[in-house]
Amino acid sequence: MGIKDLGLGTAAPPVQEAPGQSHPVIRTSSLTKVYPGNIRAGDALDLSIEPGEIFGLLGPNGAGKTTTVGMLTTRIIPTAGTAIVGGVDVVAHPALAKQFIGVVPQTNTLDRSLSVWQNLYYHGRYFGMGARDSRRTADRLLEQFRLADRASAEVFQLSGGMAQRLMVARAIVHSPRILFLDEPTSGLDPQSRLALWDILRELHRGGQTIMLTTHYMEEADRLCDRVAIMDHGKVLALDSPRMLKRSIDADTVVRVSSEGDLHALAERLAQMPGATHADAGDGVVRVYLRGVTGALPRVVDATEAAGFRVNDLSVAEPTLESVFITLTGRDLRE
Amino acid sequence: MSVTTVDGVAPGSPIDLRSERTASLSAFGALLLRDLQVLKKTFWQFAVRTIMQPLMLVFVFTYVFPKIGQGVGGSAAGEAAFSTLLMAGVIATSMVFQGVQAVALPLVQEIGFTREIEDRVMAPLAIWAIALEKIVSGALQGLLAGLVVFPLAAFIPATPVHLSFHWGYLITVTPIAAVLGAAMGLTMGTLIEPRQVALLFSIVILPMTFLGAIYYPWVHLGPIPWLKWFVLINPLVYMSEGFRLSLTRGIPHMPVAAIYAALIGFTVLLTLVGIQGFRKRVLS
Repeated sequence: MGIKDLGLGTAAPPVQEAPGQSHPVIRTSSLTKVYPGNIRAGDALDLSIEPGEIFGLLGPNGAGKTTTVGMLTTRIIPTAGTAIVGGVDVVAHPALAKQFIGVVPQTNTLDRSLSVWQNLYYHGRYFGMGARDSRRTADRLLEQFRLADRASAEVFQLSGGMAQRLMVARAIVHSPRILFLDEPTSGLDPQSRLALWDILRELHRGGQTIMLTTHYMEEADRLCDRVAIMDHGKVLALDSPRMLKRSIDADTVVRVSSEGDLHALAERLAQMPGATHADAGDGVVRVYLRGVTGALPRVVDATEAAGFRVNDLSVAEPTLESVFITLTGRDLRE
Repeated sequence: MSVTTVDGVAPGSPIDLRSERTASLSAFGALLLRDLQVLKKTFWQFAVRTIMQPLMLVFVFTYVFPKIGQGVGGSAAGEAAFSTLLMAGVIATSMVFQGVQAVALPLVQEIGFTREIEDRVMAPLAIWAIALEKIVSGALQGLLAGLVVFPLAAFIPATPVHLSFHWGYLITVTPIAAVLGAAMGLTMGTLIEPRQVALLFSIVILPMTFLGAIYYPWVHLGPIPWLKWFVLINPLVYMSEGFRLSLTRGIPHMPVAAIYAALIGFTVLLTLVGIQGFRKRVLS
């Protein structure tokens, strides 16, 4: 499923900036949220998001991604620290900041009492757009998001993918300076996921600044200019997907499925020539290798030499998941 | 980085940023517009839910009962007096029901079940203003409900209804009662989870309406002193009394000052509690 040209009209207006002066769209400093029970969902976060970039927060469920977005979008009040979005302190002036924030939350929050078209129209009106302006924008976005034939439908008649597209359309009706998406493709079928990625890329080309959270490493890898890997409320690493993958010092990852003391096996495999490190978990050992030709037979040999049986074997290039595992020793899905 | 200026906007903010006041006012208006749109779309539902309860009440008590010789009041004059005093109670209850149906029940759904409120909360106005909009919208529907119910209560009874309009009271009591009904709705809507809705009806709304001085003037509770004083925690009592003050002559009512003080007091209290409850539910 493709997407028509979204046009430049959806992007935020350019900001006049003094030469040589950088104005991040988002800047947080020691942003912290502690929930009752001393659960730190955001732990001294220092983030800076530049205009026009797609910035991803990648981490497993419970890493604090939604809390971070919640704090930046005025819904969650930080325990400490500051968050400046679009030049406005979101804690001190939430109503002001909301003017240029667009949000696509994790759950379907479409207005069930309104039709598809009205969801867009009234959203525009909430944000101070005139009746005519709001009507035109609603028409245009429905056309662009391939929902025009559903204009008068009730929102509960939409499929998951359509509802998600409508949520994105609604979030950009008022041309927000920054668009937040919380797990935008979670629960979508693969086709709808690809369609949504296309939409986000199109918006990105139009200059839209986007911050999204995801626990799909592929989504972060393929979509984001920069990714912050989060766990337990902390940012563990922050860079472009390419640099993050390069940071683990390996060009090949071999997964060995075996039985017995896998940690012992990992220790042995880490010492084989060309191996930079190895870890064990989830019934497999991952060996990270650099500059090794014929990696598979060498790993099989080394495994058998260590007295283990190879049940299964796979080889891949490092992914953001490998980066996460290297940083935390755990799988993203855990 | 210097971020705190007088109006909270740092250098580099969008050039088209509107002042908080302008943005809030237009958002408030648009939220009202949205509620009116929904009302228009579901007008028959509004009409049915508004008319049914008072219709049954008036029909059974002031039409069926007198016709089958079980009229409340004892004599023909007594029956007429009952139809007259019931009128005020019926209008008051319809406003309370409107608060429940137009504000509380949708909110329970939107906050606790569909999470739709998360989007409404992103509109560029303060959280308290979003809650206040719910009250204004509910109050408007309450006024409309009062208007719809009025002819029912006036023309269905088999015995004549002797209305005597006290306009000064009527045009002040009516809007306060409408706001109070909506504020009550906001409070209930933010305190109650979807699975507790059945309890809301049996624990709160049922006793409130049966003991809301709908069928009798409050002063007639004299023979049951504990009940007479206990029902004073029920805001509906003052609404019924207020409408009786505005629409009837010769039927006893509480002191005027007490009615107004309680109506205003409960309105302020429930508005504040409702706004606070709303904040708690949508922010963390």
